[in-house]
Amino acid sequence: MASSTVIRAERISKRFEIDDDHHSDATLRDALAGVVGSWKDRAGALVGRESSGRAGRVFVLEALKDVTFSVDAGEAVGIVGRNGAGKSTLLKILSRITEPDGGRVGIKGRVGSLLEVGTGFHPELTGRENVFLYGSILGMPRAEIKRRFDDIVEFAEVGRQLDTPIKRYSSGMQVRLAFSVAAYLEPDILLVDEVLAVGDAAFQKRCLGRMGEVAGAGRTVLFVSHNMALVQALCTRGIVLDHGTVQFDGAINDAVAYYLRDLEEAMAIDLSDRTDRRGRQEIKVTRVEIAAGPDGGGVPATGAPLTFAFELSSCPLSTICRFKIHDEFGNAVAEFRSSVDSPDDRRATGESNRFVCTIDELPLLSGRYRMDVEVLSGNRLQDSIEGAARFEVEEGMYGRRPIDRSWRSGSVAIRHAWQTPTD
Amino acid sequence: MDLRTTIDAAPRSGAASDSWAADFDIVLEPTTGLRAFRFGDLVRFRELLYFLTWRDIKVRYKQTALGAGWAILQPVLAMLLFTVVFGRVAKIGTGGIPYPLFAYVALVPWLFFANGVQLSATSLTINPTLITKVYFPRLYLVMAPIVAGLVDFALALLVLVGMMVWYGVLPSAAGTALLLPFLLLGMMTTVGASTWLAALNVKYRDVRFVVPFLVQILLFATPVVYSTSSVHAPWQMLFGLNPMTSVVEGFRWALAGAPAPHASTVAFSTVVGVGLFVSGFRYFHRTEKDFADLI
Repeated sequence: MASSTVIRAERISKRFEIDDDHHSDATLRDALAGVVGSWKDRAGALVGRESSGRAGRVFVLEALKDVTFSVDAGEAVGIVGRNGAGKSTLLKILSRITEPDGGRVGIKGRVGSLLEVGTGFHPELTGRENVFLYGSILGMPRAEIKRRFDDIVEFAEVGRQLDTPIKRYSSGMQVRLAFSVAAYLEPDILLVDEVLAVGDAAFQKRCLGRMGEVAGAGRTVLFVSHNMALVQALCTRGIVLDHGTVQFDGAINDAVAYYLRDLEEAMAIDLSDRTDRRGRQEIKVTRVEIAAGPDGGGVPATGAPLTFAFELSSCPLSTICRFKIHDEFGNAVAEFRSSVDSPDDRRATGESNRFVCTIDELPLLSGRYRMDVEVLSGNRLQDSIEGAARFEVEEGMYGRRPIDRSWRSGSVAIRHAWQTPTD
Repeated sequence: MDLRTTIDAAPRSGAASDSWAADFDIVLEPTTGLRAFRFGDLVRFRELLYFLTWRDIKVRYKQTALGAGWAILQPVLAMLLFTVVFGRVAKIGTGGIPYPLFAYVALVPWLFFANGVQLSATSLTINPTLITKVYFPRLYLVMAPIVAGLVDFALALLVLVGMMVWYGVLPSAAGTALLLPFLLLGMMTTVGASTWLAALNVKYRDVRFVVPFLVQILLFATPVVYSTSSVHAPWQMLFGLNPMTSVVEGFRWALAGAPAPHASTVAFSTVVGVGLFVSGFRYFHRTEKDFADLI
């Protein structure tokens, strides 16, 4: 039935031009170059040439390619995929923040999107004032905010601080207030992007309950998250995106299984074909496996267990394995050596050519990382592969503190505790 | 199955001609050139303009010692400065109007324009997260500081009334009736210039540096400290190309008893003002879809 379809996306695509030297503040020189460049492009377009871009340093990133799907009223759809798979871009198109470059999307009903909690909060305004401001930014009519005001305030547990400027609130309180407003947004279609990773555990749980209510009340929900348990709890259907294309569309459990299998494949890397090696090559690293989560079937995340396994062609005595992790900018973050003993180390029982290194709580912030591996025996370099594996770390909890992608300085999390003045 | 064939049979480029327009409330697709303007969104989000304006009013003078006193102090201080420099030292002719009143009556609409443009030009770029994370008509971000400026305008107007009483100047009946149209022209000019500058600023941050100069130059290109009544007719029309000329001279005529601006000047100004408003609107509307990608 066509009438129950509330979202239909037909072959939508979106490209981004990533400028090598693009900064948020363009200079006059850039601006003039840009103006001239766009004239050139326009002239080029007139005679049917491809856009050259300026200075030839523009990369085109295809965030979405021919994405087609439709969603019926009342469905709760989880959208999963790795970082950069196009999930956020898709939600941005559906919420009309950005336009597709190709294809089209039809939407029926009021769309409410929750791509970031608390955007539009003004620090100088009081909690009460911000509820109204934020609500209206999210598209809530004033009458509705008024009607829901008491519920919102109660849900947020801000209590007596309602009439103080929110710059005096703790960050947790700000987030609670923002989410509470959003939680009472009652659109026909709700788009949610990874916003539940904020706040303390108890509040997260209440938010989840509220999300479940919304989904249960017959509203259509599109939910982006890296947290598979959450996606499975909230959604009935899953769409797996990878490199901007739909890889799988079906029941949520199958979608999650597909995604994890896909991830696992990506994380067990066969190195036997690699020729860019250094060392004597009497012993070679043939395979690297990265397993995340308690049972190895998860996604590498801050604070979660992570295991690296290295399979060698042979393993004579005194073989040493070591590896280094670099962040996406190429900075070395950590080094691991099997040659330096710790009482925690164990020896494999039986014959094995595997070195396995286990990290109980991964202290890396979310982002992309690269691993170099080296094997030595008798102090001679046997094998060395740069970029033997690449992996992505998702947001998580470290030392019971939620560490999201807004932590941009450095690349490690350190367990810590604060003592703060009383509120 | 039926549905599928309909979709496939529909021409890819045929926009809303097929069943999509009937099946859905909105159809999002890439647009080139001019697209249908969605007035519905402006109406649906009208309360947001109210809240953004209200936010701007609330926040504008937060943590200033004098608070809303600045709304009055700004034109009064400028008036005092101009009176000393242009009234006393340069002895600019005012046609018998006391110089303080002559300058102040012009400063009230002028500062509305100047402050509106300066605040609006950066209104998009100072709110990047709003633009990349939430959908709403971006026009309201640009309009809010201008509408909020009406409060400052009204406060400054109160001082003007006091000055008129002090100098014993009676407003002309015809002038007072035309004050609103002049204010409207001033608002259209302000919104027109702001939409252009704010939209350009998203792409070219140079605008941020250009605006202060632009406002400075326009201050002297607009008869705020002097009058055009001494200027020959053909030149007056040239002045008319700057819509604020008519706004300022109109205010001076209506409230301070200065000679009425020439009809041709006002006609020119109106055409340019409306042109700026319409073109600014169009440019803003055309570039709005890329704001989230560019900012």
